[in-house]
Amino acid sequence: MAKNFDLSVELCGVKLDNPIIPASGTFGFGREHNEFYDINILGSISVKGTTREARFGNPTPRIAECRAGMINSVGLQNPGVDAVVEHELPELRKIFRKPIVANISGFSIDEYAECCEKIDKQEQVAIIEVNVSCPNVHNGGMSFGTDPKMAAEVTRAVKAVTTKPVFIKLSPNVTDIVAIAKACEEAGADGICLINTLLGMCIDTLRRKPVIANKMGGFSGPAVFPVAVRMVYQVSKACSVPVMGCGGVESASDVIEMMMAGATAVQVGAANLKDPYACKRIIEDLPQEMERLGIERLSDIIGVVE
Amino acid sequence: MYKKDIYKVISNLPLTKDVYRMVLEGDTKWITRPGQFVNIELEGLYLRRPISISDWDERTITIIYKVVGRGTSLMSKMAEGVKLDLLTGLGNGFDTSVESERPLLVGGGVGVPPLYRLAKDLLAQGKKVSVVLGFNTSSEIFYADEFKALGVDLHISTVDGSRGVKGFVTDAIREAAIEFDYFYSCGPLPMLKALCGCCEVSGELSFEERMGCGFGACMGCSCKTLAGNKRICKDGPVMKREEIIW
Repeated sequence: MAKNFDLSVELCGVKLDNPIIPASGTFGFGREHNEFYDINILGSISVKGTTREARFGNPTPRIAECRAGMINSVGLQNPGVDAVVEHELPELRKIFRKPIVANISGFSIDEYAECCEKIDKQEQVAIIEVNVSCPNVHNGGMSFGTDPKMAAEVTRAVKAVTTKPVFIKLSPNVTDIVAIAKACEEAGADGICLINTLLGMCIDTLRRKPVIANKMGGFSGPAVFPVAVRMVYQVSKACSVPVMGCGGVESASDVIEMMMAGATAVQVGAANLKDPYACKRIIEDLPQEMERLGIERLSDIIGVVE
Repeated sequence: MYKKDIYKVISNLPLTKDVYRMVLEGDTKWITRPGQFVNIELEGLYLRRPISISDWDERTITIIYKVVGRGTSLMSKMAEGVKLDLLTGLGNGFDTSVESERPLLVGGGVGVPPLYRLAKDLLAQGKKVSVVLGFNTSSEIFYADEFKALGVDLHISTVDGSRGVKGFVTDAIREAAIEFDYFYSCGPLPMLKALCGCCEVSGELSFEERMGCGFGACMGCSCKTLAGNKRICKDGPVMKREEIIW
């Protein structure tokens, strides 16, 4: 490549070499993908969603193939915040030297705050991503993200216990995404991450039963990309805080589209499961795509679409 | 350690009405143990399809699969020369270093394939290997001759009694009064459970589950065991009988 293409972006003062961040839940704590390639090429990593207590998650089957994507109902399996802090994050530190995004979930306002407080003390954590949008757990997760008042309450509780930038990860399963994003911004959120999965369902017509044991689950994959672009666009126009775009991203071209819609950083989710090299391939393809579109600095295109 | 690479179909032929054997050519150095699997990308489908490895050599991988859905249906129509994107060397595989003189291998239906290479490896260690293969009916039987040719002590059961012992693999084990000091098994869950009910010795079993990634990242195929939560794709698919919660 003749020219020097600048892929770097800045997210609430956190400088990233490139905008590519594997989405929480599709990349574990980095170890598995690090067996395929050196994960230090990534902008950052959003690690597996963490709750106060260890969770097994939902019964299996909790994965289903569907048209242009997949449904998962893992249900936030994780070893609990203490094990994450004591074991997972130090292990990740050994293989990934950049700042990370810690993703936390909860079943009560107190739980969110407690998780955040413990994660906040970890030096390698640069950004805290608060999942108020998991479609796979009852009485928690998504119920906090589908009501502006609740989303704001979680935001305030988390902001009270950390000085690190807080991104609220929102659910697309709402009527008015802007109202919820604005409520989070007004409550002090430093950024918004969207979208989490769309609630979906898939039926085994031979057995006349849902494929997923939990009946429904989160739909992700390339089919949701236009929904994600639309919501990133709406929220980034309505809010002044930065947006991390997520949903169906599979290529460098998708990344540029998502950034033009208003995303400062772009998360890659389901693609990491189908192609373990997805993020690496996207990062390597970006300069060529930038050259094709006449872009020298990736940060120049953030939200250029009127 | 595992690898993603491109493999060429060099043969793909039916063994029964709906069970096929596919031989793929490519790099096999990431496969280290019998019982491991490959995860195959198929055009038009989002998730890869995990299929157990039946055998391999320096340049080929043999898989045996039953047509049960869209993925395996697509595979069954593939001609020689088709190139496929595979992740290979996935899963822990069977432990052939376990001390045992007379291992028993028990396979049910499409659980049979991974036992083929396992039998070969155990025989190569000089062990006296007994194999019990269970099927629904005689027309569904495959690989009986191949196992026989290896020189194992082979027993067959069919549910309808059309060949071998009438009934399940457990009936065949009892009827032939097979002596064994360890067992390896792969097959449907009820068979694995019944087997553990009738075997007193230690052993290991291979499980299956719908998978997302196949290499341990997504936690899609987790199960609870007495040794903690395990990912069937990464910490399994083979588990010790002692750690299984039925």
